Amino acid sequence: MKLLLFAVSLCGSLWAQEVHVFPVQGNVSMIVAPGGNITVQAGKEGMVVVDTQTAATAPQVMAAIRKLSETPIVWVINTSLDADHISGNEALLRLGGSSEASLRARVIAHENILNRLLAPGVAQARVADAASINDTYFRSPKDFLFNGEAVMVYHMPSAHTDGDSIVLFRKSDVLSVGDIFTPDRYPVIDLANGGSVQGLIDALNRILEMAVAGKYQEGGTFVIPGHGRLCDEADVVEFRDMVTIIRDRVQDMIKKGMTLDQVKAGKPSRDYDAQYSGSPDVFVESVYRSLATRKP
Amino acid sequence: MNKATMLMLSAMLPMFAQVDFSGEWAPLYHENGPERLPGPELGDYTELPLNDAGRLRADSWDADRISVVEQYQCRPHGSDYALRGLGNMRVWREIDPATQRLVGFRTHMLAWDSERIIYMDARPHPPEYANHTWQGFSTAVWEGNMLTVTTTHLKENYLRRNGVPRSDQATSTEHWIRHGDYLTVVTVIEDPVFLTEPLVRSDNWYLDPGQHIGIFGCEHAPELPKPEGVVPHHLPGTNPFLREISEWYGLPYEATRGGAETLYPEYRLKLNGYKAPPKCDRYCTCTTLFDCQLR
Repeated sequence: MKLLLFAVSLCGSLWAQEVHVFPVQGNVSMIVAPGGNITVQAGKEGMVVVDTQTAATAPQVMAAIRKLSETPIVWVINTSLDADHISGNEALLRLGGSSEASLRARVIAHENILNRLLAPGVAQARVADAASINDTYFRSPKDFLFNGEAVMVYHMPSAHTDGDSIVLFRKSDVLSVGDIFTPDRYPVIDLANGGSVQGLIDALNRILEMAVAGKYQEGGTFVIPGHGRLCDEADVVEFRDMVTIIRDRVQDMIKKGMTLDQVKAGKPSRDYDAQYSGSPDVFVESVYRSLATRKP
Repeated sequence: MNKATMLMLSAMLPMFAQVDFSGEWAPLYHENGPERLPGPELGDYTELPLNDAGRLRADSWDADRISVVEQYQCRPHGSDYALRGLGNMRVWREIDPATQRLVGFRTHMLAWDSERIIYMDARPHPPEYANHTWQGFSTAVWEGNMLTVTTTHLKENYLRRNGVPRSDQATSTEHWIRHGDYLTVVTVIEDPVFLTEPLVRSDNWYLDPGQHIGIFGCEHAPELPKPEGVVPHHLPGTNPFLREISEWYGLPYEATRGGAETLYPEYRLKLNGYKAPPKCDRYCTCTTLFDCQLR
């Protein structure tokens, strides 16, 4: 038995190094790559790809996508402005044969992403990322019909950043939610780019509203996180509870007049630290700063 | 003996060498009756090798959560807990019609109609990025006449249904042992997040061919008006119910807090001056659904 568990854990450490294709439900599959997850909806009309990782991973990712379909990538949706979600746009589209003007894919992101990537002082590489986006939206949801399925892109204001989107594949019943939900690691609340803990909790609650569990709270709507394993509503509940409880603890400590250093020393996330990777201090600090600067 | 007979006998051999768990099984509650029948007391972490994280998570748990948060209302036991939860069990064999080989055992539990398959066809466990389920993914091998089951891919759930957590990184190993009309299942849970050492517990069943398992059924619905996204919990140090078990049962508070040390007989030596209460006055008889009385 120990041998089996060792083998399972060894597989676990190896899977993160490779790119895998994992069919989810309906027309939707999850590409599991070293830097996170990519969602692909494939059909006769072509493919929708949610997030593209980086130029460096694009050949491996494209090889994996080709196991699903030989059709071109027609839509790309970026769920946040992070480089590991956008920086593969151009390379992936080139490899996917849709870089010529006549075949040019539509690359969708919330307009806040473009605004931030084009702000003064942003690194040149990020300006190139911005150039790969050709179809911003500001009214949520942005929707279109593709491969006989409604694809709905919802803006989640001020969550991980202020430009986050989640994507509902309505017929396949799959949500692709980017870094708003990362089941095995603490969320990154990017305050500098408009994120907030309350926005993150609101977004998680919105995901829970949209997801419908199957019999006895299992299956039904599947949720593809930005990083980590395939999930469903019950897994989002656990994550939402964690963020909410830590938010409440930090809020209580602020009410008692504790400084950031005192809050960190109090370790309000200590019963979650072994379960979620990432720096507890960074997460707690982002929660503290988000709450401390919130308008009453 | 002709070749055809020998071939037939050799084909049958595996069936005789192994044990069949098929049948209708009723649980025996002679162990841990109060925990399993009325349900565990709040703050009861006895017999659990919890670490500090598990203890704080349990202290923070508010029983209102299973009512206020709709997604908890129909949440079933995990397979590692279901065997000690309430309800009867049906076991049957899944046979591949093409090869007549055993694919695995299936189980059906009364509670939440939970169904599970324990694969015995040497298939691998899913990759780490696959979704987790309440029952997890189980494979089994024979060790003599004992079936040893390994389960991975469990959803986060509880070690005890008073908020003591079990993480989604846990694995469980079950040993199924049949003695005539009795079945013993020893479960070993390893959880790197909340336990400092494996949690071992056993449950017993008796064969009850005439039993009927009804439909459980569950529909979640708002039970209380509440603001959006409320998650009931106790802030650290504020749970008012944690000392109840100590007071009600006359136990040292420290002993109710769990931890590996409290599992072993040597722990008694640390309880200097402890005197057991003169008489039992809470759940003193509790071995079946019908005789489990609070007073």
